[in-house]
Amino acid sequence: MGFNEDRKRYLAGLEDKTYFMLGDEACAYGAIFAGCDFFAGYPITPASEVAERLAEELPKAGGLCIQMEDELASMAAIVGASWTGGRSMTATSGPGFSLMQENIGYAIMTETPCVLVDVQRSGPSTGQATKPAQGDMMQARWGTHGDHNIIALSPNSAQECFDMMQECFNLADTYRTPVILLMDGEIGHIRESVTMPALSSIKPAARKMAKPGEDVFGGEELVPGITHYGMGQNVHVTGSTHKANGMRDVTTPHVHEALVKRIYNKIDDNREKIIRVEKDISQNGQSKIGVIAYGATARPSLGAVRAARDDGKNIDFMRLITIWPFARKQVAEFAKNLDMILVPEMNLGQISREIERFVNCKVVSVPKIGGVPHTVEEIYDAITEVAS
Amino acid sequence: MSQPRNQMMNYIREEIMPHRFCPGCGCGTVLNVFTNAIDNLKLDPVKMVCVSGIGCSAWIPSPYFKSDTLHTTHGRPIAFATGVKVMRPDLKVVVIAGDGDVSGIGGNHLIHAARRNIDLSVFMVNNMIYGMTGGQVAPTTPTGVKTSTTPHLNIEPPFQVAELVAAAGASYVARWTTYHVFRLIKAMEEAITKQGFSFIEIVSQCPDNYGRRIGLRTGVEFLKMFKKQAIPIDKARELPEEKLEGRIIVGKLRDRERPEYTSELHRVTKEQVDKIKAEQEKIS
Ligand SMILES: Cc1ncc(C[n+]2csc(CCOP(=O)(O)OP(=O)(O)O)c2C)c(N)n1
Ligand SMILES: [Mg+2]
Repeated sequence: MGFNEDRKRYLAGLEDKTYFMLGDEACAYGAIFAGCDFFAGYPITPASEVAERLAEELPKAGGLCIQMEDELASMAAIVGASWTGGRSMTATSGPGFSLMQENIGYAIMTETPCVLVDVQRSGPSTGQATKPAQGDMMQARWGTHGDHNIIALSPNSAQECFDMMQECFNLADTYRTPVILLMDGEIGHIRESVTMPALSSIKPAARKMAKPGEDVFGGEELVPGITHYGMGQNVHVTGSTHKANGMRDVTTPHVHEALVKRIYNKIDDNREKIIRVEKDISQNGQSKIGVIAYGATARPSLGAVRAARDDGKNIDFMRLITIWPFARKQVAEFAKNLDMILVPEMNLGQISREIERFVNCKVVSVPKIGGVPHTVEEIYDAITEVAS
Repeated sequence: MSQPRNQMMNYIREEIMPHRFCPGCGCGTVLNVFTNAIDNLKLDPVKMVCVSGIGCSAWIPSPYFKSDTLHTTHGRPIAFATGVKVMRPDLKVVVIAGDGDVSGIGGNHLIHAARRNIDLSVFMVNNMIYGMTGGQVAPTTPTGVKTSTTPHLNIEPPFQVAELVAAAGASYVARWTTYHVFRLIKAMEEAITKQGFSFIEIVSQCPDNYGRRIGLRTGVEFLKMFKKQAIPIDKARELPEEKLEGRIIVGKLRDRERPEYTSELHRVTKEQVDKIKAEQEKIS
């Protein structure tokens, strides 16, 4: 498992090389570089290429790749695999992501590290199956029932699809939680050059292991140490409310409250360590208008911001790299001297509403659905309209 | 005078006893049978993972059996167990769950695991009802039975789950009842030892939420009924279908060798690893 000789031998053939590939494929290679031991999935556009590439390549590195009967099973299998100590993942799109929700909640409640890739396509339902969208932003946050937190990252290039797989697995292992790579179909199917890192630069986060006999589901720390199957610890893993020792207790109010709050807080209290944003602030610092975007939409957004600057307008730009936990502090700070923020997204305004909650200035949603990403002109026009 | 300690308590998480099963419930019998099978096989529970779903029967291993346990979502234990097994082929992975869990909501996982012939042992406790939720109709409830969601009597025919699993490709399939404890112990030993997907349908009793509705008040009444209804599979094969109405066919339905999924998966994976190794050696 992990970085054994088989894995290193395989990666030695790839390190430091640059290839032209799809975002989905970059995600697959990124997973292998991240030490992914197990993939379980079910075909769906526009995420199938993640499974196909892993099916081809992961066994060469000694990892296991299987196709399950559906997405419920895929999500279940990666949780089971994770308790053996392996790094495990799945990849899907909207319809499959919907089917995974119950077992995502299970992974949250049992504090199981694992990674999900959601290559978003146009919904609801089967929608425009082959067209990109960013419609699952809120489903990623709240898709499974009950109070919880989630970590979700949004790449905007094939290179980031590659790089973020390491980040996802490291966050999953550090915080003992499922982590979502919240891609969109545009980025999944973009074809760009991707540079593989040197093997020596890979620093996988290790899971904190519980000492023999130590509680695996509670204790002093926000993130308890884990134990794996076959270690003789008789670990009891349940999605029911449980005590620190893993035993069910579904009636005592404070047991439930303490468990759910700790699981919630382990992400909330570490948000500043988790969150990444990227800013491109207008040179003279006089901007009254800002643009916030993420994923594929960040690309035409930045293009439009630059075009507007060429016209002599002062516009600030921020890209959300971490979607959840939400970069509320960073967004508030970005908004401090602005009168208005434009938020282009490939949905009817999911993240713009989240931004509204944390800023005092006006927030203008620039939505687009229908399966065609925003053009630079469309966002430029939106900027000019409010800036004139 | 204190009673001598039951040897089987070695396999039980004793600190959480007494168990929560209703009086007369078949789950206690299944737990007892299971510990006896493990004891006879001299299996170290440290080398086992018990996986279950949601339901009364799912509580047999979770939390009572002392091994690594995975108490999963309703219907999905076989899918969770698949991830455990392929990653740790050296561990015995056993699924114990209810008829609703395994053949209703989780039926798709059941037939596909059987088709793959993955080396799991699945013990389905068939009490012919959704016990935990209060006695609603299950895919295994006999036609004509009144349940809380079939107040005008069940119009659906019940699933023959053992036959279904045999047809789907499992290596080992048997059906016994909670009356046949010694046969059941033996069958569990065979199932756990078998390489490949092994499945035992354990016809069991739920006096509270099923018996109440069909006029059987106690576990004993159920056992007497099972004794009467049981017909060995060899005998059953000689009888026309209409003569089997209301009978429970017991015995071994399948015991055969077929390629096993986990070892096949590791074989093809190793082939790929070896190919890379050979390529690299050629270069250097
Ligand atoms: C997705 C989902 N649907 C419904 C339930 C409610 N539920 C809990 S147990 C159960 C039925 C259990 O029946 P069975 O599997 O036969 O087990 P038994 O209690 O009879 O042993 C149901 C429907 C649930 N927990 N999850
Ligand atoms: Mg039942």
